[in-house]
Amino acid sequence: MFGFSRAQTIAFLVMVALIVVCPFILYPVFLMRVLCIALFACAFNLMIGYVGLLSFGHAAFFGMGSYVAAWTIKFWHVDASIAIVLGGATGALLGLCLGYLAIRRSGIYFAMITLALAQMVYFFCLEAPFTGGEDGIQQVPRGKLFGFIDLSNDMTMYCLVAGVFLGGFLLIHRIIHSPFGQVLKGIRENEPRATSLGYRTDDYKLIAFVLSSMLAGVAGGTKALVFGIATLTDVHYATSGEVVLTTLLGGLGTVFGPAMGALVIVTMENYLAQFGAWVTVTQGVIFIVCVLAFRRGIVGEIGGRLKINL
Amino acid sequence: MIMIFGIPGPLLFGQLLLGLINGAFYAMLSLGLAVIFGMLNIINFAHGALFMMGAFCSWMLLNYLGIGYFPALILAPLIIGAFGIVLEKTLISRLYKLDHLYGLLLTFGLALVIEGLFRNAYGSSGLPYRIPQVLTGATDLGFMFMPNYRGWVVLCAAVVCFATWAIIEKTSLGATLRAATENAPLVQAFGVNVPRLITLTYGGGIALAAFAGVLAAPIYSVNPNMGTNFINTVFAVVVIGGMGSILGSIVTGFALGVVEGLTKVFYPQASATVVFVVMVIILLTRPRGLFGKAA
Repeated sequence: MFGFSRAQTIAFLVMVALIVVCPFILYPVFLMRVLCIALFACAFNLMIGYVGLLSFGHAAFFGMGSYVAAWTIKFWHVDASIAIVLGGATGALLGLCLGYLAIRRSGIYFAMITLALAQMVYFFCLEAPFTGGEDGIQQVPRGKLFGFIDLSNDMTMYCLVAGVFLGGFLLIHRIIHSPFGQVLKGIRENEPRATSLGYRTDDYKLIAFVLSSMLAGVAGGTKALVFGIATLTDVHYATSGEVVLTTLLGGLGTVFGPAMGALVIVTMENYLAQFGAWVTVTQGVIFIVCVLAFRRGIVGEIGGRLKINL
Repeated sequence: MIMIFGIPGPLLFGQLLLGLINGAFYAMLSLGLAVIFGMLNIINFAHGALFMMGAFCSWMLLNYLGIGYFPALILAPLIIGAFGIVLEKTLISRLYKLDHLYGLLLTFGLALVIEGLFRNAYGSSGLPYRIPQVLTGATDLGFMFMPNYRGWVVLCAAVVCFATWAIIEKTSLGATLRAATENAPLVQAFGVNVPRLITLTYGGGIALAAFAGVLAAPIYSVNPNMGTNFINTVFAVVVIGGMGSILGSIVTGFALGVVEGLTKVFYPQASATVVFVVMVIILLTRPRGLFGKAA
């Protein structure tokens, strides 16, 4: 199914089962946050895992998607679906502009350029009138889906978020296993060779970047609807760092890693939130431990032990 | 009053001086990054955190041990430089055989830990650090009043940058260093202890950041976020200059500080973003950076 291997099909079915069962056991709003961050991390993983480019500026797309979705649903009273689509479109458009500049360099420079460009977006959001500056856009209504499904109920909203996440997840999976995705992996392994085979590698990288930033925008837009708020935190570089951490912990370049990482990181933040800056310290320690001892991440390690690709 | 382009002279020169000071910090930090990158091939994300530690170190020396500003200017870089050497020996040196991106992720994690710990211990509101008695007051330069401390910062930064350049380009130690940057195995074959050279380079780069931190302590309040605020701009400076040349990082750092200062006079809203705009222009016209070599 969708190019899943047998082990991946089983893992996928387990994940779907968890998504269905969990809201009856756990607090739905917490789970919605997990799913939004998971989609965001999956989008980020598309760049680092399959193109081999580390973007340190994905918060720009997540945050701008969040602002646009919040603004349109609050002041234009658009449908919830339209707001999320507009969030994604904003991410894609911004991704096209920033990606066009960033793909001119690779490796460490790519990371620094995306970080700097995202910082520029942050300063723009700080000054621009529509973002509400330090206050952000607050009290955003969840609105209605397709004009008649009221989303103010947490369970209804959860179904939408789960649908958005699974849609994004399967889209990424489809992209990776398409001929286009194979070319991306070829570029990751040996760019000069891909060029010599006649592929315009820059175009491929840019398209992948736009897809990734679009999904990050969708994740941001969905998050804005869930929590009814869009703030500077979403565009801040700490959010970029967090998505890097989430993906690294779950497993760079694995299919299920980002979702696993999101579950662990959001749970951790939930429990540590009362201890202030200890969240930052813990995140830093996880970074260091992952890089030194645990480079394949949770899912990568499990897959490695069982000799399967997850 | 002198008017230049319809702007009062003192205002223009005042902002120019502020720009020059920011530029001095950009220069010292991007210089350290470039030196470290040359030898270790990693981008040191912890640079901002260690800059902040330099400022805190001088604050601690004063408040806990009663050691004043001038001794701190020497002691703090030594202490933080030693700390940097410990970091390199225990953590960073394990990553040289891996993809460079892991070095970036590790140092980013280090930055989070350091900043988090300082925020826990000292809060994020900032601690005052007084300008030393000798350097208080201002001097009349004829066209403007210059606060003495600010002049001192620009002077110190220029001297330190020049000294670093001279060590790397003009001494035999620097020649070994440059050779090791080009081809480490060959230099090792000549009997040079390259791993030790790498460790010392990292320590040196960190000491430079800490020195900048001590200089910054009386200007900006000493707080755990001061490094982060700077370092994101410094990365843009590094992209603009390219990490190929020592002199290049110094010139780019100072120049961008001045550009930022001038923007504050003519179009204040853009002053936070102007460095990034310059970066975009450079990426479009000269992707390797102003002084960068071909990859």
